[in-house]
Amino acid sequence: MLDGKRVCVCAGSGGVGKTTTSAAIALGMAAAGGKVAVVTIDPANRLADALGLQELENEPRRVEPARLASSDLEVKGELWAMMLDPKRTFDELIDRIAPDPERAEEIKANRVYRELSTAVSGSQELTAIAKLHELDEEGRFDLLVLDTPPSRNALEFLDAPGRLNAFLEGRALKAFMRPTGVGMRVLGRGALPLLGGLRRITGIDLISDLTVFFQLLGDMTKDFSQRAAQVEALLRAPSTAFVLVTSAAREPIDEAIWFAERLEADELPFAGVVVNRVHHDLLGDRAPREVRRSLARVLSPALAARVAENFRDYHVLARRDENNLARLASHLGERRLLLVPQLDDDVHDVDGLLRIHRYLFASQAERDRLVADLVA
Amino acid sequence: MPAIFGAVPPLLDKRLVFVTGKGGVGKSTVAIALGLVAARRGLRTIVAELASQERVQGLFFEDGRDQFRELEIVPGLFTISIDPQQAMEEYLRVKAGTIGQALGSTRLFQAFAMATPGMRELLSIGKVWELAQLHRRTRGAAPYDLVIVDAPATGHGVGLLRTPRTFADIARVGPIAHQGRTIADTIADPEFTGVIAVATPEEMPVNETVVLADELARDELLLDLVVVNALYPERFEPEEIDELNSALTRTRSALARSALRAALSEHARAATQREQRDRLRDHVNGRLVELPYVFAENIAQPELELLSEALEAAL
Repeated sequence: MLDGKRVCVCAGSGGVGKTTTSAAIALGMAAAGGKVAVVTIDPANRLADALGLQELENEPRRVEPARLASSDLEVKGELWAMMLDPKRTFDELIDRIAPDPERAEEIKANRVYRELSTAVSGSQELTAIAKLHELDEEGRFDLLVLDTPPSRNALEFLDAPGRLNAFLEGRALKAFMRPTGVGMRVLGRGALPLLGGLRRITGIDLISDLTVFFQLLGDMTKDFSQRAAQVEALLRAPSTAFVLVTSAAREPIDEAIWFAERLEADELPFAGVVVNRVHHDLLGDRAPREVRRSLARVLSPALAARVAENFRDYHVLARRDENNLARLASHLGERRLLLVPQLDDDVHDVDGLLRIHRYLFASQAERDRLVADLVA
Repeated sequence: MPAIFGAVPPLLDKRLVFVTGKGGVGKSTVAIALGLVAARRGLRTIVAELASQERVQGLFFEDGRDQFRELEIVPGLFTISIDPQQAMEEYLRVKAGTIGQALGSTRLFQAFAMATPGMRELLSIGKVWELAQLHRRTRGAAPYDLVIVDAPATGHGVGLLRTPRTFADIARVGPIAHQGRTIADTIADPEFTGVIAVATPEEMPVNETVVLADELARDELLLDLVVVNALYPERFEPEEIDELNSALTRTRSALARSALRAALSEHARAATQREQRDRLRDHVNGRLVELPYVFAENIAQPELELLSEALEAAL
């Protein structure tokens, strides 16, 4: 699925195991011999510890091979990982494109900038893409795997950066503020209520703060436009792959379907879907009452009854997952659908990553065997 | 730092309740279950979803109804999905009359307002605030006793609660500053506003809830209730696990082995869940309510009724 790719964007709604899947994909591609970096946004503490991630660096760091040592997996390449710091990435972006350090400092001290680089939704999404773009330009890695921010709605990842970029480019505001622009002409004549209305709604100081902010940005807004165009090109490149991550429950599957349709509509390179926490059907066509009978020889009736009850509940989820997966598959055409079963525990360590990795990178025959192991 | 918990007034005596939590933990389910409890007690209640998620109504209606209007889903319980764009047009119409209406419909203004960082959140929360007013500015609209907000995922959730204050601070003077301050004061008033955190008993949602509680405390907001959602039942005693393991070595029946594996696997998950629940309890000392995992193909009305009964019993 990822052969020959340079960028893999793992997208999906929150709580479906996106971060661990990203890390497992990166691990698998590193095992195959690549120099791979995974950019995570908000890993669980234990996973961060397991990979030796340090919060304050904002640069990829190599995961020591000793951490990955396992009899099952030989890592031929290199696995690198970083934890994204949105605020710092934003600051670094300003440092890079500001004409001089003084201007950069002024911008970073500006109130509007401080708000939008931290509190505001969209800043995580924008900075994640900015970092991806930066790392891609540096060309130090064979493959970059991006774990997208944990927005509730996966579409945010596609929409939010554009919104924020449009703001930074100052298109709408500049049209108002240019001495020759609509706003000033209108204001100068004092005739049309357009800018007056804007002021009335927003409060004058907001406008003047924004004006100062955009004066500070000056020509840099051009850089934002240029970068936005480059980022767009990167996301559309044939060397990029969008991988949707979801669980098998109804809502995440619905969202994955919407997202898949959106990727199609936007003609983005959509490679496939990873479905986590799948309950495989272990019952097959046997009647539920056979379960209790089969347990009778090895368990007391009371305990057998509870084991059977548990199995019945498990089977409800297996049937649910099967229906949801069928619905998803009907939207995917030829694209790959990779299933990872419900595991005993949350996955937060290297062993867990290895387990997920096994499912993701298995051949079809190996996959069948892994599922058969679950059943028997 | 442990969170500060509000003792009184009881949750359902407030007018505005935010349901927050990480994505995928069942916020919508909890919001609607709480709405059902309130409606049963005779409160005219509305569950408001932000950022057009269309989830709550999807639980009740399969067809594409106009989710941006207030819809009654069961007697006394309404839902609405708040669309920032629509909220802005409404706000402009009310605040600035025909000028506002004209302004709101200009493409340039829309682009500007929607591109301004945080504006969507401010408009959405402004609409929530409007719903919670006894004298609603929307003409002819009846007041609600309780507004339950199905908030976006945390991170953004705290951000949302903070948005009005942020805007008030940036704007300093003028209508946005005034409106922002009014809303922020309302949110900060424990008599008026409550906050519920929903978490599934897993590492990441628990971490986020702990962070949320700390952040709320920093803003002097109180966490009224923590809901531990989708808790697996504890079906087996520790000594029974040995029996299950031993049975697994003695039977060659594939079916029995599958059932035993499933039991052991679920027991492991249930045990991990309880560790996480206990960690949550240790870090946010206060009201903790547990809701069971629902083994069903869909969470629809019957399941929601069951959850609302569990919630009511716990309240």
